[in-house]
Amino acid sequence: MSTRTLVSPLILARPRGKAVYWTVFSGVVLLFAVAFLFPVYWMVTGAMKSPDEVTRTPPTLVPHGLHLSGYTDAWDLMDLPTHLWNTVVQAAGAWLLQLVFCTAAAYALSKLKPAFGKVVLGGILATLMVPAQALVVPKYLTVADLPLLHTSLLNSPLGIWLPAVANAFNLYLLKRFFDQIPRDVLEAAEIDGAGRLRTLWSIVLPMSRPVLGVVSIFALVAVWQDFLWPLMVFSDTDKQPISVALVQLSQNIQLTVLIAAMVIASIPMVVMFLVFQRHIIAGISAGSTKG
Amino acid sequence: MKTASKPPAAFPPAAVGAPEVSLSAGRRPGGPWRRRLADQSRAYAFLIGGVLCFALFSWYPAIRAVVIAFQKYTPGSGGEWVGTANFTRVFHDPEFTAAWRNTLTFTLLALLIGFAVPFVMALVLNELRHAKAFFRVVVYLPVMIPPVVSALLWKWFYDPGAGLANETLRFLHLPTSNWSNGADTALVSLVIVATWANLGGTVLIYLAALQSIPGELYEAAELDGASILQRVRHVTIPQTRFIILMLMLLQIIATMQVFTEPFVITGGGPEDKTVTVLYLIYKYAFLYNDFGGACALSVMLLVLLSAFSAVYLRLTRSEGDDA
Repeated sequence: MSTRTLVSPLILARPRGKAVYWTVFSGVVLLFAVAFLFPVYWMVTGAMKSPDEVTRTPPTLVPHGLHLSGYTDAWDLMDLPTHLWNTVVQAAGAWLLQLVFCTAAAYALSKLKPAFGKVVLGGILATLMVPAQALVVPKYLTVADLPLLHTSLLNSPLGIWLPAVANAFNLYLLKRFFDQIPRDVLEAAEIDGAGRLRTLWSIVLPMSRPVLGVVSIFALVAVWQDFLWPLMVFSDTDKQPISVALVQLSQNIQLTVLIAAMVIASIPMVVMFLVFQRHIIAGISAGSTKG
Repeated sequence: MKTASKPPAAFPPAAVGAPEVSLSAGRRPGGPWRRRLADQSRAYAFLIGGVLCFALFSWYPAIRAVVIAFQKYTPGSGGEWVGTANFTRVFHDPEFTAAWRNTLTFTLLALLIGFAVPFVMALVLNELRHAKAFFRVVVYLPVMIPPVVSALLWKWFYDPGAGLANETLRFLHLPTSNWSNGADTALVSLVIVATWANLGGTVLIYLAALQSIPGELYEAAELDGASILQRVRHVTIPQTRFIILMLMLLQIIATMQVFTEPFVITGGGPEDKTVTVLYLIYKYAFLYNDFGGACALSVMLLVLLSAFSAVYLRLTRSEGDDA
């Protein structure tokens, strides 16, 4: 790609330009390695050090010997399987419910045009204006004692799943995508005798795979990374997701074990990122420039 | 799927007949009115699940925050109206001033550090012709690490004894710092963590914006004898002004809700140098069991941040109309 940027290709082609370019290039590679890769390296290897090696000054760049006991201890002592499983359940449920309810609602608002649809959409978009964290306390009170039903969703995955559905951003993303699907396509299906649900399932959803992918990633990442809300919802230690458990257990645990647990907690998201990086990066870049 | 995807070719329109086109005009028994009612109920069947969740977990809590802010509220036993007592009580809490001062300082510092750095990074990255994918992945890597892990990681780096931060300073023969334990440095230390953990997204958005600048503008500026810095000043910044403004607003909104870093790294200390507004809300609700006070604080934060959000939405809306 030879699109013109700040520095002209002509200058870059000159010997002096080349020298400057490669100096800057190596400088940036070095900076990125030190700033972003090194902390991660330090964490992964820190967990492999022995307890007194990790607190030694000056620190060792490469661990002496491979102590995997940090990782195995973290797995057993901190009960990581339980907390990881809790996180998986919470994230998967939030993702599934969001897909089901948000696509259905977005489809209704975009294609079925219910009466007062505009009012509902306005109400949903208005929540974009309300910063989520500022509302956690009244939201907590609602979850602790649901109106009319008078049941509590505290310490239940439903306390994560249902509030996750109220995601105006994802719903709006879906609605805007559905808006672009031509009416003729849906009318053709209708002529063929397909009902609303069948049209959604067989026509709209297959056409919407890119946006469904973006929404899925957003939904999964949001639950996996969240801290304050699950901290409020789960007071039962054995129901807590990994993020909350890490902080709660960080006080009374050996440093190497804690670091190993931190590495384990990061692996799922980092792996997902490495697998889907093209889509994730394209999603971030595209979502922003189009407003 | 197979029946639905290609009907127009299979059925010539003439064979189907004209009435089919205006299907919604109501050919079913019961007439148009009933047909429309059926349509409506079906539309609402699709809508109901999502709307119910919004009602319960967005609209209702927003109203409730305002109501409880004027009540003495204990879970289970309902509320009792107390007028503005919650606001005056919260207002006279010495931590109130500290929390707002810290939050505003944090936001300001995050704007200064966390805003200039990604812009410069994106500017430089956009000039590099090699290893583009590498840079993008590496810069975004910290964003994918759970915030709690980043916070714990930096807490360990900041350790005054064997922490990496001081070890590096010693290695470079520089004076060491108290980092997150020092009254003067704690807040800045938290800003560094937040910047490290979040700038990847901002860099990627800037990169996308920079790539949409037409190259002719730079060419013309160069012909006019503009230096690189002048080109940044007169071409790059004006061309990306809108994105810069958007991200600045989003950053203000996000950083004013900072919680994880102070909660995990400093616990609000030393003294109350890193207590933020959201942290104080959390304390009122879960330490003091004072939900009225927590909601009064929430309403204050809400009003302030909604103002920024309104500006943001207004700007994106008008930009969308232009395009």
